[in-house]
Amino acid sequence: MTGQIIQYVLTGLTLGSVYAIVALGFNIIYNATEIINFAQGEFVMLGGLFMVTFVHSLGLPLPLAFPVAVAAVTLVGLMMERLAIYPLKNPGVLTLIIITIALSILVKGLAMFAWGKDPYSLRPFTGDKPIPFFGAVLMPQALWVIGVTLVLVVLLTLFFERTIIGKAMSACAYDREAASLVGINVRRMIMLSFMLSAALGAAGGILITPISLMEYDRGAMLALKGFGAAIVGGLGSFYGAVAGGFLLGLVESLGAGLIHSGYKDAMALVLLLLVLFVKPSGIFGQIEVSKIKKF
Amino acid sequence: MGRNNLYGVLALAAFILVFPLVRRFDSFSHYLDIMVFVGLTGMVTMGLSLLMGYAGQISLGHAAFYGLGGYTTGIMTAKFGLSPWLALPAGMLISTAVAVAVGVPSLKLRGHYLAMATLGFGEIVFIVFNEWTALTSGPDGFGNIPRLSLWGYAFDTALANYYLVWGVAILMLIFVLNVVNSRVGRALRSIHGSELGAMAMGVNAAKYKVQVFVISAVMAAIAGSLYAHFVQFVNPPVFSLFFSIKLVMMVVIGGMTSVWGALLGAALLTFLPEWLVFLQDFDILAYGLILLLITMFLDKGLIGLPEVLYRRLVRAAGREG
Repeated sequence: MTGQIIQYVLTGLTLGSVYAIVALGFNIIYNATEIINFAQGEFVMLGGLFMVTFVHSLGLPLPLAFPVAVAAVTLVGLMMERLAIYPLKNPGVLTLIIITIALSILVKGLAMFAWGKDPYSLRPFTGDKPIPFFGAVLMPQALWVIGVTLVLVVLLTLFFERTIIGKAMSACAYDREAASLVGINVRRMIMLSFMLSAALGAAGGILITPISLMEYDRGAMLALKGFGAAIVGGLGSFYGAVAGGFLLGLVESLGAGLIHSGYKDAMALVLLLLVLFVKPSGIFGQIEVSKIKKF
Repeated sequence: MGRNNLYGVLALAAFILVFPLVRRFDSFSHYLDIMVFVGLTGMVTMGLSLLMGYAGQISLGHAAFYGLGGYTTGIMTAKFGLSPWLALPAGMLISTAVAVAVGVPSLKLRGHYLAMATLGFGEIVFIVFNEWTALTSGPDGFGNIPRLSLWGYAFDTALANYYLVWGVAILMLIFVLNVVNSRVGRALRSIHGSELGAMAMGVNAAKYKVQVFVISAVMAAIAGSLYAHFVQFVNPPVFSLFFSIKLVMMVVIGGMTSVWGALLGAALLTFLPEWLVFLQDFDILAYGLILLLITMFLDKGLIGLPEVLYRRLVRAAGREG
């Protein structure tokens, strides 16, 4: 029984890592623009599918295919912002929500056009020999997922706290007008936030594809769970996103294993609704912060 | 309701009455069926346009309310043999309760938490439809839902259902037009203009938003019940997230600041798949593109198109003269 529980926990942490990555993507765009990007899950889906194409169809080695796939999705993020968000004059939140929904449908349609409807598999980065772990087994790919997630969080924190561009982006989050008064190009920061968030999403998709396969219509559910993680951890907070992601992953995996596997997706969503209703600032968020936000 | 709207309602009613009489063209019965679906979807989009255009909120879970109506009716009539006239109010009641439970907490918050709450709620309902097999028969759905009947008259032809559905739809249209031009409508528009300003004038923003959300949910539930009686079969895919999104699309494409736009959108997007058959599954590409372009360049939707064109024309004429 303990072995089984450990197994569920490991699965939960792996799943949770991906939710955390999606949640980080939400937070980056939200912080810079106050947009909730409903197309966030599509970045994850695209990352996985581009990687499959580069590795299996074009035969690129993994270390090369990874950055190329990330770059491809980053380009998609850039195009989204330039073509659909940038041209808008003074859009309301409702308009922005609808625009990102339209973008997600469009990307999904294009992906179906390009890759078809079947799920694709990707070979694991470093073999598929299970590692025994306290009566449970750990797949090497799960280590990759969890490890890379943690590295990404550290890198992001360093980026936002130590680099001048990162600081400029955070400044936009606090007060857009004040930021532009001190010479920060707010428009450019918005563009960067879309690119960064797309790159992150792509990395998440690439990591998870060897475990859970990837197909064109996976984006919506991933986006919803990632948003759940962002809300649970407190919208806008990076460490909250990671904690929220892990929590959601654990609830889902333990719930599926111990209660009923058919309701696996529902449990994470019930948690999302509960937090939204009981403590909308998130389990780790502060109420003052959530009050000033527009969304 | 205003004179223009009154003429509009009369014109629509006349069209609905006359349409079945011109049964000269091919595949008439097919078009009659589609018109029934336009009416059913129109009921949902009219409520949604109240929510989006007037309360400034978006719901990504209205397919679930439609489904709650459909499944409640279906389960009570086909599985327990109860009267449809008991099942219909039961569906409305369940939808009201659920809408209050989802709406009250999320609309108390500023902004668009309702969007995500309804999205999550819609998915949960969809999962329950699939998994609670004892009641819902799971992914396969179930049939044998009886037709509606009233004082011994059974609505058992497509034509009878057409008149029934459109009768209800037109009643709803009149109701919605009255809400828009009532105290509630004015309060909603003031909230849309400036929530802070409206609250300073004593408008209880959250209360009105919840009211409209519940109204729209109940309208969807009624439509869902009628759907179940018309098709006599319910299964989960009809009530999926994609249908929720399509409903939002209809409202936006038709024009969300007008109830008429919502009806236009419902008609257009119900007929569109007929014309886009050649695209097969790739029609979602077309949907995405249309939605994107309309949101970017035509914020009042297709119903606002004549006005935009007229202004362009006047401006062009002004430059020349």
